[in-house]
Amino acid sequence: MFEITAVESFSPSTFLWEINAPEIARAARPGQFVIVHCDETSERIPLTIADFDAVKGTITIVIQAAGKGTLEMMAYKAGDRISAVAGPLGEPSEIENFGTVVLVGGGLGAAPVYPILRALKLKGCHTISIIGFRTKSLVFWEGRFRRYSDESIIVTDDGSYGEKGLVTQPLKDIIMERQINRVIAIGPLVMMRSCAEVTRPFGVRTIVSVNPIMVDGTGMCGSCRVSLGDEVKFACIDGPDMDGHLVNFDELIIRQKRFVKYEKQSLALYEKKCPK
Amino acid sequence: MSKIARQQSTHLPPDTRRTNFNEVVCGYTETEALTESGRCLQCKDPLCTSGCPVRINIKGFINFVSKKDYKGAYKTITEANLFPSICGRVCPQDRQCEAACILGKKHEPVSIGLLERFVGDMAQQNGWQETRPIVPINRTAAIIGSGPAGLACAYDLAKAGVSVVVFEALHLPGGVLTYGIPEFRLPKERVFKEIENLTRLGVTIETNRVIGRIHTIEDLMGRLSFDVVFIGTGAGYPKNLGIKGDALNGVMSANEFLTRVNLMRGFDFPRYGTPVGMGKNVAVIGCGNTAIDSARTALRLGPENVYIVYRRTLEESPARKEEIRHAIEEGVQFICLTESKEIISDNEGWAKGMNCVQKDETGSSEFLLNVDTVIYALGTMANPIIARTTPELTIDKAGYIETNKENMITSIQGVFAGGDITRSGGAFTTVIHAMSTGRRAAKGMLEYLEAVIAANGRPPKFRG
Ligand SMILES: Cc1cc2nc3c(=O)[nH]c(=O)nc-3n(C[C@H](O)[C@H](O)[C@H](O)COP(=O)(O)OP(=O)(O)OC[C@H]3O[C@@H](n4cnc5c(N)ncnc54)[C@H](O)[C@@H]3O)c2cc1C
Ligand SMILES: Cc1cc2nc3c(=O)[nH]c(=O)nc-3n(C[C@H](O)[C@H](O)[C@H](O)COP(=O)(O)OP(=O)(O)OC[C@H]3O[C@@H](n4cnc5c(N)ncnc54)[C@H](O)[C@@H]3O)c2cc1C
Ligand code: SF4
Ligand code: SF4
Ligand code: FES
Repeated sequence: MFEITAVESFSPSTFLWEINAPEIARAARPGQFVIVHCDETSERIPLTIADFDAVKGTITIVIQAAGKGTLEMMAYKAGDRISAVAGPLGEPSEIENFGTVVLVGGGLGAAPVYPILRALKLKGCHTISIIGFRTKSLVFWEGRFRRYSDESIIVTDDGSYGEKGLVTQPLKDIIMERQINRVIAIGPLVMMRSCAEVTRPFGVRTIVSVNPIMVDGTGMCGSCRVSLGDEVKFACIDGPDMDGHLVNFDELIIRQKRFVKYEKQSLALYEKKCPK
Repeated sequence: MSKIARQQSTHLPPDTRRTNFNEVVCGYTETEALTESGRCLQCKDPLCTSGCPVRINIKGFINFVSKKDYKGAYKTITEANLFPSICGRVCPQDRQCEAACILGKKHEPVSIGLLERFVGDMAQQNGWQETRPIVPINRTAAIIGSGPAGLACAYDLAKAGVSVVVFEALHLPGGVLTYGIPEFRLPKERVFKEIENLTRLGVTIETNRVIGRIHTIEDLMGRLSFDVVFIGTGAGYPKNLGIKGDALNGVMSANEFLTRVNLMRGFDFPRYGTPVGMGKNVAVIGCGNTAIDSARTALRLGPENVYIVYRRTLEESPARKEEIRHAIEEGVQFICLTESKEIISDNEGWAKGMNCVQKDETGSSEFLLNVDTVIYALGTMANPIIARTTPELTIDKAGYIETNKENMITSIQGVFAGGDITRSGGAFTTVIHAMSTGRRAAKGMLEYLEAVIAANGRPPKFRG
């Protein structure tokens, strides 16, 4: 059993859990994820490690309620226990002094960018962060981002905070202006695809973090397979970080819909049980 | 020569089977077991044992059964095989022990598997167990993976007094026995009972621990101070289909399908949260045990048609013959000598058919199979996590761990391996082979502990 030591709500559908998991906290590296299994009947849900503290023995995950599994997670309070957390999983992000790095986080994707940003800054990179949200009320962790960014930009779709527009605009501006050594973009698939398209003509290495549907997370089922150039890779053991210029996003977007029919059924059942 | 016919166990009728996951073969009653044991000739020079990879004293245990000394039979079996309840059900007897039985030359061989299962189940019911007291020897072993290889290794080490921790990546132990082989062939209750016996011996099982990630092997031997390590991670990485359309929705590996159904209990969706996502017409590609299990599992989820598409003939299938028979009885449709060429997509990225080519002496013909689900069971490969995170470990070209076949030691001092992860090119991979290499490794580990420790006082530090 794993204890949830803190819960924080960012918006009506996004929230944070801090979990007591000393072994995972010690082993975790930026870019890795865990699989959370709340109880015997629930799905195994992959979630990126958004922060980890080896001294305190905790890991932090930031969750967007997307369907039944994550909605159910919203009901847990600090002090509650869940049945299993497996991890860390996946290959850690490459952390080196690359020179100037742009880190782009879209919506909840800002959370998994954070530990990578911190590690790159501590390695000596010049860090530029661009985080984007739909609207002001969804903005979170601004202070954390500023602390580890040499330059930081916030955008909102509706202009209610920071610059108005999408993350791709400042990314394009920066890349046209100066020499960028690497871009890391995490967020919804369409956002990552757009970022990769922005950087492609400039040949700037662009890393995205893919999130295909997973089951075991150990390389045993192939549910998470992703076409990367001519190859087939398993996101849970070869990723989740992948070369954004090689990922077949169109295929990935279609594969995300594999279980839509069942997800709707689950959600309807959940809403009947727990009316809003 | 024996005139009594080979005793058939009761089977659930095919129509009933298609509607549930209950065990198909009911197993012997005491009367049937006694009659069957009476068929054994008690050969002076029994051939059967040579067909068993772990060399069970088959003649001996059957003799005990015929005298109703079931405990004696259990003791005899467990000298060589710790999990008779499991092996009696899943061993390919038709090419192992029973293939060697002398009676098979003219009549039908003794039903060794069903007798073994009878004894194993009897032991579980009565809670028989190893009773010899365990003398702790103040040594520790880490076992990676709780499949048959890891469990067998843990058992022998624990009995020798070693303090054993098994690390399992998934949330339930058992390896393929739990996530792969379906309930109707091997009830999970049987597997978990055997594992309970192990924990009663003092073995600790830590689930949700992916070794290589949470601890490396170096951590196990360094920071966590284990004296010896056993790698029994299996070879679960599914081979890709590699034909056009293999990424379409509705196309999945047998491992994914079986894991969703068995481990995640997707057959009971939405009570259990994990959907299976199977359509109305299902093609399974391949014809090994995994393919047959997938087809029969699919059948129980209520589609219109389930096909097995196989490029060879049924006779060449490596699956247990009994399972093929069961699959036919249940209504799985076999399309043999047929290659799958391409999966066709509808407008939204879902599979809607599969182009196939059937070849025989008279030539070849192409046809479109109307399916919306394709499950591929083309075999599996070595999982790379351990090798990638343990550069000191010597692996072969295909990623399998190289060992000394005598004692199963790897290229690293104190690190041993067994089971599917040590098979080399095309070697037979069965539950009993995995167990036998696990046990061989346990013996090697005990000898290593004795020799190295006698020389150094303590095992050497991690060194590749
Ligand atoms: C490596 C990785 C890291 C992730 N990190 C985060 C994170 O930090 N925060 C976060 O909020 N979400 C993250 N996700 C996505 C998260 O796992 C899914 O949103 C969640 O599983 C949805 O479950 P559900 O039951 O709530 O919704 P469902 O109703 O089951 O599905 C809603 C949508 O989520 C996706 N999804 C469903 N099941 C899975 C699954 N097993 N694996 C991946 N995606 C799935 C599908 O596209 C689906 O349409 C990550 C996914 C991966 C693979
Ligand atoms: C569907 C199916 C049906 C089969 N039917 C039969 C049959 O009827 N008869 C027969 O004899 N054989 C059968 N087999 C083959 C047989 O199951 C295998 O040969 C056998 O299970 C191999 O045992 P193992 O212990 O080496 O590995 P596995 O059973 O694969 O177990 C390995 C375990 O290690 C865990 N693991 C992997 N990596 C790590 C890690 N890094 N850290 C921690 N844990 C890890 C896995 O999660 C798994 O639980 C079948 C196989 C399948 C897939
Ligand atoms: S372990 Fe398997 S091969 Fe050996 S006797 Fe038993 S059923 Fe036959
Ligand atoms: S070979 Fe057959 S008949 Fe002879 S002892 Fe073995 S099981 Fe009995
Ligand atoms: S989630 Fe099963 S192989 Fe990646």
